Amino acid sequence: MPTTTTDTSAASSAAAATATIVLVGHGMVGQRFLEALAERGLTATHRVVVLCEEPRPAYDRVHLTSYFSGTTPDELSMTDLEFIEEHGIELRLGDPAESIDRAARTVTARSGLTVPYDTLVLATGSYPFVPPVPGKDADGCFVYRTIEDLLAIEEWAKARATTGAVVGGGLLGLEAAGALKGLGLDAHIVEFAPRLMPVQVDDGGGAALLRTIEEMGLTVHTGTGTQEVLTGEDGAVTGMKLSDGSELAVDMVVFSAGVRPRDQLARDCGLEVGERGGIAVDASCRTVSDDRVFAIGECALAVDGRVYGLVAPGYEMAQTAAAAIASEAAEFTGADLSTKLKLLGVDVASFGDAHGTADGCLDVVYSDSRAGLYKKLVIGRDGTLLGGILVGDAEAYGTLRALTGSVPPVSPESLVLPAGAAGGGAQLGPSALPDEAIVCSCHNVTKGAIRGAVTDHRCVTVPEVKKCTKAGTGCGSCVKVLGQLVEAELEASGVEVDKGLCGCFGQTREELYEIVLALRVTSYRELLDRHGRDGARGGDGCEICKPAVANMLATLAPAIGADTHVLDGEQSALQDTNDHFLANLQKNGSYSVVPRIPGGEIAPEKLIVIGEIARDFGLYTKITGGQRIDMFGARVEQLPRIWARLVDAGFESGHAYGKSLRTVKSCVGSTWCRYGVQDSVRMAIDLELRYRGLRSPHKLKSAVSGCARECAEAQSKDFGVIATANGWNLYVGGNGGATPRHADLLAQDLSDAELVRLIDRFLMFYIRTADRLERTSVWLDRIPGGLDHVRDVVVHDSLGICDDLERLMAAHVAHYRDEWAAVLEDPEKLERFVSFVNAPETPDPMVAFVPERGQIKPDLPLLQIGIREMEGTASR
Amino acid sequence: MTMTTTAVATTTAVATTAVAASAPLRTVVQLRAGEDWLTVCDLDRLVPGRGVAALLPDGRQAAVFLDRAGRLHAVDNRDPFTGAAVLSRGLLGSDGGRPFVASPLLKQRFDLASGRCLDDETARVATFEVRAA
Ligand code: SRM
Ligand SMILES: Cc1cc2nc3c(=O)[nH]c(=O)nc-3n(C[C@H](O)[C@H](O)[C@H](O)COP(=O)(O)OP(=O)(O)OC[C@H]3O[C@@H](n4cnc5c(N)ncnc54)[C@H](O)[C@@H]3O)c2cc1C
Ligand code: SF4
Ligand code: FES
Repeated sequence: MPTTTTDTSAASSAAAATATIVLVGHGMVGQRFLEALAERGLTATHRVVVLCEEPRPAYDRVHLTSYFSGTTPDELSMTDLEFIEEHGIELRLGDPAESIDRAARTVTARSGLTVPYDTLVLATGSYPFVPPVPGKDADGCFVYRTIEDLLAIEEWAKARATTGAVVGGGLLGLEAAGALKGLGLDAHIVEFAPRLMPVQVDDGGGAALLRTIEEMGLTVHTGTGTQEVLTGEDGAVTGMKLSDGSELAVDMVVFSAGVRPRDQLARDCGLEVGERGGIAVDASCRTVSDDRVFAIGECALAVDGRVYGLVAPGYEMAQTAAAAIASEAAEFTGADLSTKLKLLGVDVASFGDAHGTADGCLDVVYSDSRAGLYKKLVIGRDGTLLGGILVGDAEAYGTLRALTGSVPPVSPESLVLPAGAAGGGAQLGPSALPDEAIVCSCHNVTKGAIRGAVTDHRCVTVPEVKKCTKAGTGCGSCVKVLGQLVEAELEASGVEVDKGLCGCFGQTREELYEIVLALRVTSYRELLDRHGRDGARGGDGCEICKPAVANMLATLAPAIGADTHVLDGEQSALQDTNDHFLANLQKNGSYSVVPRIPGGEIAPEKLIVIGEIARDFGLYTKITGGQRIDMFGARVEQLPRIWARLVDAGFESGHAYGKSLRTVKSCVGSTWCRYGVQDSVRMAIDLELRYRGLRSPHKLKSAVSGCARECAEAQSKDFGVIATANGWNLYVGGNGGATPRHADLLAQDLSDAELVRLIDRFLMFYIRTADRLERTSVWLDRIPGGLDHVRDVVVHDSLGICDDLERLMAAHVAHYRDEWAAVLEDPEKLERFVSFVNAPETPDPMVAFVPERGQIKPDLPLLQIGIREMEGTASR
Repeated sequence: MTMTTTAVATTTAVATTAVAASAPLRTVVQLRAGEDWLTVCDLDRLVPGRGVAALLPDGRQAAVFLDRAGRLHAVDNRDPFTGAAVLSRGLLGSDGGRPFVASPLLKQRFDLASGRCLDDETARVATFEVRAA
């Protein structure tokens, strides 16, 4: 087994003299422990050896399931190898500890290496508990804990399974079931307890959850045990026998019936373990049996008698142990079991004393099982908020969790009733929180610390605050509140956070879009005069808001009843120069012309026409990066004549100028390519024709590849499509350009119709909510909730707006007309295509060309005549 | 580094004239060319907020704009940053009530009354007298 050993010579030569810390287990908590050591300078004064069982360094187990939505193992990694190297940490991958000799103070690893230690830290985590039923080891039985488990599940599901069962309806079981469903399987959940998520939620919450999960097409068997896994002749799973005597035919089983601490190593060397497992430690996380040995994370039995199966308490233990090694005072005496999860798209949160175990406490409950909503707050006798459970809508989780332990400033009833209900929907913003309130429970960061990051450390953005305080870098559930706090603090400290579009409008682009759509505003002037900033009303607007508003008017024209051509009426005065001339302005004042070539497919006859036109007008031609042909060097007055010839030959505008759909590139696909599994050319053409002319906050690019070899580079596009054996995978948010971004997988194995419907929704949601000139990549990273939120909205219709989004797109598609052809039919518009209003036949003398490589190029020296000392300024 | 204007301006008088509300039947736009007024087009060829280019007898080019309040403005059509004759194709805006045009090439803004570049004080374009008649 290969091992990566970052064995700096300094560290090993000093090893004899330096005290050695050995860490067993490089999981989430182990990695946090290493960081805590480094923060205290202990990596400089100690030799640090890490024995790691898994073949890869620590990764984010909490987000393991996101592997199935396209997150790669690399992206899950939590280990920065530079950090390991910089601190001289000896990390031994795939080399687990096999025995500990406490008398000799050595650990022996599987490779035979024996390391002496001064301090030993056990962070071995847990193992999935598999109930001892017959057949549990059959082929097709899995657990759900490591990346390797997921790879195996995926392989089996794809090759051999159509139906799967998950044993256990707890947190992990639901995640596993969601993963099976995502892999295209009919998924069953078998839970022994009478409700789902028995640990986190009560009966009411369980009922709301059950309803929503069943609606998603999963089959739930609660109050049912698993008696046997049935196998076929080849030894592989064929079904399950349940406690009610029935049989369930399934091709695979995932056990997710809880976890048990991995304490065998500790037992073997005589360390005390709890009755139900877990290495017993004291408040400083030192084992009760040996003060040179610590245990942290899921393998530890904390001083309060509990084994914590969550990452936040583990992190706290990591901090505590590192502090104890540095002889600082620190204690871990127990932790809050608050969790917020997004399971199968359903928000589930529980915090504090969720089950109301305190004396004399009261429940305040709101429940609407039809809507899958359940909210319960547990209130103490004195009105203190003690805890709660939220199912279906956990918006308020961050604030409520942080308020736990104090008396909320408004009545508890108003906190659970939905907005709009009489007396309900109180918006308890983070401003209501006291400074001591813990906002990020993963890293124990208080509201006061976050405010301090803004006021004292001058952080002005959420990423800066994350870096400064670590808040928000764990489970991520506090990021929303974090954003609100940062904004409030910036405002309070007088930093102007003007989110307005420009000097003329105080609204964001998204807000203006909503105004235009809701009030059916069809004129820029009306928008400016009614909704502009005080000083801007009645004025001429500016070069920022005019094209931005023109753009949304163009998108919404059919829906709000505005003129549909970008050069109609007032709209013509708002367009950037490229849209105004329906061509791209070049450096010498000439234009380039790009006809649409959908999917990059073009018949020889049409190629010849382009060649003839370029030859007749003396244009420079080039194949673009977008699989089409650009003709450069046209003067304004030539544009309509060039278009006339193109339109005649069946071409239309390629919108190379607008903030709109550019191209949908394609690979050759299954028609010709020996690997292709779908007809990518046809799909690219269909998509390009559907979305052509669609104006959007920034340009939109797309591509369709015929198989996973990805010759069309779909993953670098705003929306990219890759063929699978079962249909299409849709990727979103890709970008080339200066800040490339790989697209994220939005949905898998879609039929043609599903694909188009999702793209309709995705694009319209982007158009509705993005900022001006914000590509989908930047937008996806900016909007709260990111990809998950977008998926909720466009796949699960969590905002209930998908009908509207689809209707808007349908209106666009129905009203599309070629912009060039429309100009050719309108003498008034044609009149504008002249170099000089007083000399329509005279060409602009500044537009002149010189030969190069058999074609033309702009005569640049001509442009300099009369302009002295041009150099250096032109590029500003 | 200094920046000089494209061409020597014959006049730098503020080039704005209000258009009378009750204009005669066919109003034309005129530019001052030396002693004379040169008619460039009918007023209704101009879209408020947008420009047109006019060729002057001496070969220079003027960019003529109509703003929302109905005032006319004219500046040299050449963009001093690139040398291309394109300012007439820029977008009109106003900043504190003062109209400007943003170059369509590299987006610098020029005050239409003074010709001064708002983004680079060393740059300036000539202005022309213009009227509606
Ligand atoms: C013509 C073309 C270069 C070529 O000869 O191949 C081109 C030319 C221009 N690109 Fe591009 N880009 C062209 C393909 C690309 C590609 C490749 C692709 O689409 O596969 C990219 C990277 C992919 C991407 O966009 O993610 C690309 C990334 C950019 C960017 C950076 C965008 C970004 O998000 O970072 C800009 C600047 C911008 O839009 O703000 C840009 C801007 C421009 C502008 C509009 C710059 C300008 O304002 O003058 C160029 C004018 C086009 C013209 O005059 O016709 N061009 N540009 C390509 C036209 C493709 C087409 O058929 O429509
Ligand atoms: C799918 C899934 C979803 C989860 N979701 C959440 C969530 O939303 N919120 C939350 O708080 N928690 C969640 N958890 C739990 C969370 O992942 C754990 O609490 C956390 O990983 C515990 O960290 P740890 O370092 O103690 O254990 P682990 O991360 O399990 O790390 C222990 C490591 O030690 C290694 N090891 C064991 N024995 C040896 C040995 N003898 N020698 C060397 N190495 C050894 C193991 O291979 C492992 O790599 C989730 C867990 C899973 C599996
Ligand atoms: S992506 Fe696949 S189908 Fe398309 S050309 Fe490449 S190998 Fe062939
Ligand atoms: S609460 Fe988990 S990251 Fe903040």
